[in-house]
Amino acid sequence: MSVFSSSAARPWLLSGPALALFASLLVTPIVMTVLLSFREFSFYGGISDTLGLSNYIEILGDGYFYEIFLRTFLIALGTTVLCVLLGVPEAYFIHRMGPLWRSMMLLVVLGPLLISVVVRTLGWAILLGNKGVINDLLTRMELIERPLKMMYTSGGIVLALTHVMIPFMILAVWASLQRQDPDSERAAESLGAGPVTVFLRVVLPQCVPGILSGSLIVFSLSASAFATPAILGGRRVKVVSTTVYDEFLNTLNWPLGAAIAVLLLVSIMTIMVAWTRLVERRHGEALQ
Amino acid sequence: MSFLDLRSLTKRFGDISAVEDFSLSVAKGEFVSLLGPSGCGKTTTLQMIAGFINPTSGSMILNGKNLAAIPARARGLGIVFQTYALFPHMTVAENVGFGLEMRKVPKAERKRRVAEALDLVHLSHLTDRHPQAMSGGQRQRVALGRALVIQPELLLLDEPLSNLDAKLRDEMRLELRRIHKEAGVTTLLVTHDQDEAMALSDRVAVMRQGRLEQVDTPFEAYEGPRSTFISGFLGKTNTLRGDLLETTESGSRFRREGLILDGPVAHHIPGPVEVCLRPERIDLVEADEALVSGIVSERIFLGNQWLFRVDTPLGELMICRRNRGRREAEPGETVHLSWKPEHLRILPVEVQG
Ligand SMILES: Nc1ncnc2c1ncn2[C@@H]1O[C@H](COP(=O)(O)OP(=O)(O)OP(=O)(O)O)[C@@H](O)[C@H]1O
Ligand SMILES: [Mg+2]
Repeated sequence: MSVFSSSAARPWLLSGPALALFASLLVTPIVMTVLLSFREFSFYGGISDTLGLSNYIEILGDGYFYEIFLRTFLIALGTTVLCVLLGVPEAYFIHRMGPLWRSMMLLVVLGPLLISVVVRTLGWAILLGNKGVINDLLTRMELIERPLKMMYTSGGIVLALTHVMIPFMILAVWASLQRQDPDSERAAESLGAGPVTVFLRVVLPQCVPGILSGSLIVFSLSASAFATPAILGGRRVKVVSTTVYDEFLNTLNWPLGAAIAVLLLVSIMTIMVAWTRLVERRHGEALQ
Repeated sequence: MSFLDLRSLTKRFGDISAVEDFSLSVAKGEFVSLLGPSGCGKTTTLQMIAGFINPTSGSMILNGKNLAAIPARARGLGIVFQTYALFPHMTVAENVGFGLEMRKVPKAERKRRVAEALDLVHLSHLTDRHPQAMSGGQRQRVALGRALVIQPELLLLDEPLSNLDAKLRDEMRLELRRIHKEAGVTTLLVTHDQDEAMALSDRVAVMRQGRLEQVDTPFEAYEGPRSTFISGFLGKTNTLRGDLLETTESGSRFRREGLILDGPVAHHIPGPVEVCLRPERIDLVEADEALVSGIVSERIFLGNQWLFRVDTPLGELMICRRNRGRREAEPGETVHLSWKPEHLRILPVEVQG
C-alpha cells in the first residue's frame, strides 16, 4: 500500500504498462538490429557469432552505397521542398476559407490518408508508366513522339512521395496558422501592407515552427519510405530502404542489411537534430 | 465642420442587425468613447471605419474623404486591437517601425520616429524585446506606439484595457489620457466599462442593440440620461415606476405606491413614468425630516464608501454613503431618507422591444 501512497512512485506505476509495451515493441527490435549489424556473414557459413565492424567497413568503403544514400536523401529533400512549396500556400488558402468550404477541403486533404500507400502508389504507376495515362494522352495529342520516362526515375518517386506526405505538412502548418491571432493580419493591413506583404511578412514567419515540424516529419518519413520507391523505383532506382529489403530477403546477408538500416537511422537523426538546432538558433527568441 | 462624420451607418449580418442607423460627428482632436453592453455593435462600428467590414448602407467621411472608397490599407488609421495583435516574430522596434516601412520612410528617419514613438509610450528601454517577453501593459503600449507612429488622422481603440488587471487598468487609463493629450490625435475608443469611458472621453456615445442612444459629455450623460437604460448603464441608479400627476412651472408631483412625492420640472404628459434617483443623492436624516423611512436589508463595505439596500414603502432603494470612518446603520436598523426633488429624473416608460 505504501508504494501507492508514495507520490514519487505513482507516475512510474501508472505509466508502467505503456513503458513496458514501448520497450518491448520498439527498443527491443532496434537493439537486436544494432547487435545484428556487428555480426559477420559468410555465404556458406551463414551468420557468425563473432562481433566486428566488417559490415560498416564494407559499406563505408563502397561508392555504391554512398550513391544509394545520396539518392535517398535527395529524394527526401526534394519531397520536403515540394511539400513546403505546395503545402504552405494550400494550408493558408484553407485557413482563409469559409467554415463550410474549410471542412470540405480538409476532408479532401486528409482523405488520401485513409487509403493504403500501396494502392495510391499503384495509381501513380498507372499515371506515370510508359504506356500510362499521361504518356498516352501526350502522345495522342501529338505533343511528344516517344513516351516520357517517368517510371523508375527519382523524379517519379519524388512526385508520388509528395502526394503521400503533403497531408502531414498541411496539418502541421494548419496547426500553427490556427494559433495565430487573426487580428495580426488586419493590424498589418491597417499599417499599409498589401495581401502579399501580409502573407510574407506576417503570416509566413509565424508559420515557421509549423513548417519546421512538418519538414521534419516529411523528411524522415520520405527518407525511410519503402512502398513508394519499391513500386515506382523497382530495382533500377534503389533507395536505402529497398536496399535493406534486398539484403534481408534476396542476398540473405542480414548483418549487412542491419548495418545499412542502422546507418540510415543514425543519419536521419543527425540531420533532424542539426536542422532543428540551425532553425532554433536563427529564430530562437521569437519562436520559443 | 466635423472631422469624422458617420451618417446612417448600418450593418446587417443576414437577419441580424448589428448596427442600425448610426450617426455621429467627431471634431478634430476629440476623444469620443463608444460605450455599450456586450454585443451592441461597438466592434462592428469600429471595424467599418477601419475598413474590415463593409457597411450595408450609410456613409463615412473623414477629413472630407469618403472612407468607403478607400481600402483598409490606404485609410491610414491607427488601430489598437483588443488582443493587441502584435507581430510575435518581430522586436518592439520592428513592430513599431512596420507601418513606416510600409510607407517607405527612409531608414534613418524611420529610426528617429520609432524612437520618438517609443519615448511617448515610455518603452525606450525595451526596443529589442520580443512581445512574448513583455507584460500585458507593456504590450498594450507597443500596440499604441505602433498605431501612433504613422501619425494617423484617427486613432481607433477596441477595448484596449479590458485584458489588464484592475490596478494596471487604472494606470493605463492615465497613460492613455497623457498620450492623447501629447499626440493630440482624434480618438474613438470602444469600451463596455463606463468608468473608463467617463474618465477618458470628451464625449461618450452610448449604444444599445446597434443604435446610438445618447451622445453627451460624461457629466451631461450622467446627470441627464435620456433613458432608464442609460441611467442604469452609467453608474448605479434606483428606478421607480410611478404616475406623473401634474407638472407646474416650479416642479412636478408624482405618485408611487400610494405616496405622493415632489419631482423636478418635467415636460412629460401626466401618466405612467419612470423616476431615476442616484444612490449617492439620498441623504440619511432625522425621522421628522424624512421623505420615507425603511429598514436596512443589506450593507456592503467598499472601502471608500458604503452601499446599503433599504426596504421602503417605495420599494427597495440603493444608497451610497461616503465612508467617514464612523459607525453606519446595521442591517435591520430603521433609517430615514430624504432627497432634493431636483435630483430625481423623470423619464418616459421604456417600451420593451
Ligand atoms: N460576422 C458576423 N456574423 C453574424 N453576426 C455577427 C457577426 N459579427 C458580429 N455579429 C453580431 O453583431 C452584433 C454586434 O457585434 P459586435 O462584435 O459589434 O459587438 P460588441 O459591441 O463589440 O460586443 P463586445 O463588447 O462583446 O465586444 C452581435 O449581436 C453579434 O452577434
Ligand atoms: Mg467588441
